[in-house]
Amino acid sequence: MNITDLYQELIIDHSSRPRNQGEIASPTGKADGYNPLCGDKVTVFLKIENDIITELRFIGTGCALSIASASLMTEALTGKSVATATALSADFKRILTTDDPTHLPLGKLEALIGARHFPARVKCVTLGWHTLEAAITRQTTPVTTELNTELG
Amino acid sequence: MKIENIRRDFPILQKTFNTYPLTYLDNAATTQKPQIVIDALSQYYESMNANIHRGVYALSEQATKAYEEARHTVQRFINAPTARECIFLRSTTEAINLVATSFGELFINAGDEILISAMEHHSNIVPWQMLCQRKGAFLKVIPINTAGELDIEALEQHFSAKTKLLAICHAANAIGTLNPIQTIIQKAHAHQIPVLIDAAQSAARCPIDVQALDCDFLTLSSHKIYGPTGVGVLYGKAKWLEIMPPYQGGGDMILSVSFDKTTYNDIPFKFEAGTPAIASTIAFGSALNYVNAIGLDWIAAHEKQLLEAATEALSSLPFIRLIGTAKNKIGILSFVMEGVHPHDVGSIADQYGIALRTGHHCAMPLMDFYQVPATVRASFGLYNQAEDIDRLIKALHAIHKLFGK
Repeated sequence: MNITDLYQELIIDHSSRPRNQGEIASPTGKADGYNPLCGDKVTVFLKIENDIITELRFIGTGCALSIASASLMTEALTGKSVATATALSADFKRILTTDDPTHLPLGKLEALIGARHFPARVKCVTLGWHTLEAAITRQTTPVTTELNTELG
Repeated sequence: MKIENIRRDFPILQKTFNTYPLTYLDNAATTQKPQIVIDALSQYYESMNANIHRGVYALSEQATKAYEEARHTVQRFINAPTARECIFLRSTTEAINLVATSFGELFINAGDEILISAMEHHSNIVPWQMLCQRKGAFLKVIPINTAGELDIEALEQHFSAKTKLLAICHAANAIGTLNPIQTIIQKAHAHQIPVLIDAAQSAARCPIDVQALDCDFLTLSSHKIYGPTGVGVLYGKAKWLEIMPPYQGGGDMILSVSFDKTTYNDIPFKFEAGTPAIASTIAFGSALNYVNAIGLDWIAAHEKQLLEAATEALSSLPFIRLIGTAKNKIGILSFVMEGVHPHDVGSIADQYGIALRTGHHCAMPLMDFYQVPATVRASFGLYNQAEDIDRLIKALHAIHKLFGK
């Protein structure tokens, strides 16, 4: 696989026009994520009502892969139950970081899976997701990709 | 000097990546190694491996001789008055930390000031910050203009009776600015301020004469001068090194040890605790011999040509903005592509076999100054050629197009 195959129309589209960008005024959960290697920053806001993610938004700066991934994530998980979102997030990260290919149907998110062939870019794609999980669990310390993926 | 002949000396340049020839443009991070350096490493392990400075047997004496010969090669390379003023360490980073710790312990007190510039690598910022924190001293930063040149007038305004050291790079790793260190050192010395020069980026291309410069300390790294990783050099004037306390305790740095008292060895050994990177240090000597054989003057002229051609080519692309446009530069070009994050540029360029650096280049304060999160950096070495620039420009066009700009 060539890395240019990763930069499909969908990714370019979501990176140049990210969906659900912006803050939520009084979120149920909010978390900051940071990739110290490349300086990518993302903040995820969400609103959970009756165990359903009714609103999911983000702000951030970063490369096309990190922004597109966060954007696609907000589309995929809005309206999902917390349990489904958490399971999907775990699946998504596992596919990217291990050789275990079994996973739930991912829909548009499949476009990001190719990043598994480019280890240097996996953290870009997972940054928003790590941050989402922190927002769900209301973790108050910022997430960094270094601690999450390298030291387990 | 034929560039094809030079390129043949580097095995890695003969390889292909992704079916493309390697276009290695990350020489500011580390340089590739010529066969002669690779051979020196294996020859040492095949026929000379022994610990140094202690053995009474022939093998150890041979290893010691080769290791100390490398020290003399370094001495000649920077024209140090004596070899004992050249200390072998792990890296430039360790060399700066040694000065911050050891010189700092002796000379820096609460309220004192240490001067650096706004274009420093983190390794010439953080050790001083740590020292200032320990001692209650203050770190002062000499500003730069938008071209990335040091504000020489501001330099003198920053000198005070409290200034105890000026630490500055010869050339800036993130943007390539070449500082007028001769002038800077003279001005600092006029105020009795000792000067540390970080020559990590310049040593592989600018002839360095520490006696003519009269710098108090100078640091460099083997792996940026075509030598192995894991070896750095601290040059220091004997008058400082002799009175500075040891940096680390251990074997080799002592004359005698009892549980009551330890007598330290003389310089340079006082600062070389433990078994060093013997093979790498010897191979570093081979790297310096290689560079000398080609000639720093030739290398400087060659890289200047590449810098000028690349600057012209990149400036002609409307979607590229150069970061750092100092009049005097080494072969480093930092830039951003309109609407495309540097990380994406670097990642896609890699597909064409082009190795570029992307990120903050361990110079986050400088990125803040230019208000960019990161840049793409292309940096030249002695084996780069005009084709490398052509390939880079072609790739940049392709990346720009891919993003539909």
